[in-house]
Amino acid sequence: MNLSFFHFFGHYLLFLKSMMSRPEKLNIFFKRLADEMYKIGIGSLPIVAITALFIGAVTTVQTAYQLVSGLISKSIIGTIVSDSTILELGPTISCLVLSGKVGAHIASEIGNMRISEQIDALDVMGINASAYLALPKIIAGMIMIPLLNIIAITLSIYGGYMAGELSGILTHDEFITGARSTFKGFTVLFSTIKALTFAFIITSVSSYQGFYTTGGALGVGESSTRAVVYSSVLVLFFDYILAEILL
Amino acid sequence: MIELREVNKSFEDRQVLYDINAKFLSGKNNLIIGASGGGKSVMMKCMVGLERPDSGHIEFDGRDMLNLDDQQLRDVRREIGMLFQGTALFDSLTVEQNIAFPLEMFSKMNAAERRERVNFCLKRVNLENINHKYPSEISGGMKKRVGIARAIALDIKYLFCDEPNSGLDPITSRLIDELINEITKEYGITNVINSHDMKTVFDIGDHIIFLYKGKKWWEGNREDLKHAQKEIKELDEFIRASYFE
Repeated sequence: MNLSFFHFFGHYLLFLKSMMSRPEKLNIFFKRLADEMYKIGIGSLPIVAITALFIGAVTTVQTAYQLVSGLISKSIIGTIVSDSTILELGPTISCLVLSGKVGAHIASEIGNMRISEQIDALDVMGINASAYLALPKIIAGMIMIPLLNIIAITLSIYGGYMAGELSGILTHDEFITGARSTFKGFTVLFSTIKALTFAFIITSVSSYQGFYTTGGALGVGESSTRAVVYSSVLVLFFDYILAEILL
Repeated sequence: MIELREVNKSFEDRQVLYDINAKFLSGKNNLIIGASGGGKSVMMKCMVGLERPDSGHIEFDGRDMLNLDDQQLRDVRREIGMLFQGTALFDSLTVEQNIAFPLEMFSKMNAAERRERVNFCLKRVNLENINHKYPSEISGGMKKRVGIARAIALDIKYLFCDEPNSGLDPITSRLIDELINEITKEYGITNVINSHDMKTVFDIGDHIIFLYKGKKWWEGNREDLKHAQKEIKELDEFIRASYFE
């Protein structure tokens, strides 16, 4: 760790602090929030759904491949698919995909506004630009990404079930029995806490990167890349931290 | 009136403005001229609050921008309109939404009143029937005029124009100059224009400040400028280079 890390982190905290002001007009804030919720939630649904379905299917097939002993019940595949999806694959893989899709979009949108002086225009009008631009995105992300996580978990388990059934690896009853056998409600809460944390990381880091874009089109590209890289690394880092603290 | 007193600004170890003293009068076209890198953009950014000077005072009708609390600063900023070099129109909003934006944020007008005001502003800048177009669908000259319309949507007291003619053909440039001149005189606005277009300077420059290497090198009106050009080498070089450009 060198001083530039502390400089970056302090600057990021100041950026977050700058957003903490009452919105100029609540109706405009809620309109922007609804727009962002639609963009982040509905806009990301296809990629999250496709990723989740295939992750679940692959987990079933690969677990069956490694399950060489005849002494172990095949229903264990349902348990592994269900538990690993809820605890890890659902929130983490979905959020890594979202850090690419949502993170890059946020950074490039705000970055483009920075280089074309649109943020300066907001400042000159006396509007708190960080609160106007970034706050609705962060709140929208923290509402929609946990919901996307629940959808991802559902589809991933369904994908695992379908792969097992279609390829004849295990029966419907074996999968359901396995999935239910070790289910604990806390794992869903843990998964939601992870998704909420990752949502904050993705949206705030990407907004920060976009907000402080310098240079021209090249700068926007660099900001988007940094947003994706930093938020992905932070998602993985906090994945470990949360597991250590909460499990 | 806007008054600058002993304004200094530096970036790290590079000083870009040295003890600037200047007055910008209401109802006049106040121009800041000078070569690129001479400090005129930084000076304008300090005036509108995008940069903070290291020292000095910037007063808008007696209100010192550097000593106001947040609410007072916001109140002054709502009296400021700015035409940016690249227009800075919000590209996700239509022309109508762009002009209505400050009205929606700061006025208590309802939708019908806002639409009426938008149409008035568009008509004032000689544009009509482009309400539902996006900035990417209109020409550079139209964008500048929409930028002016947005700047005057609220009842502003101060208008800042950063290189209003950059990227425009000579005919459109003159139209923009005329428009800025008309609006300034009509509403008694204090305007400040950054420009290196000498045609603009000689056509509408009521009060001109020449910045050279961050220092105020000369100040006067357009009638004095030709005379000063003969006496001040740096000003002569700048004017000649501007024509050559």
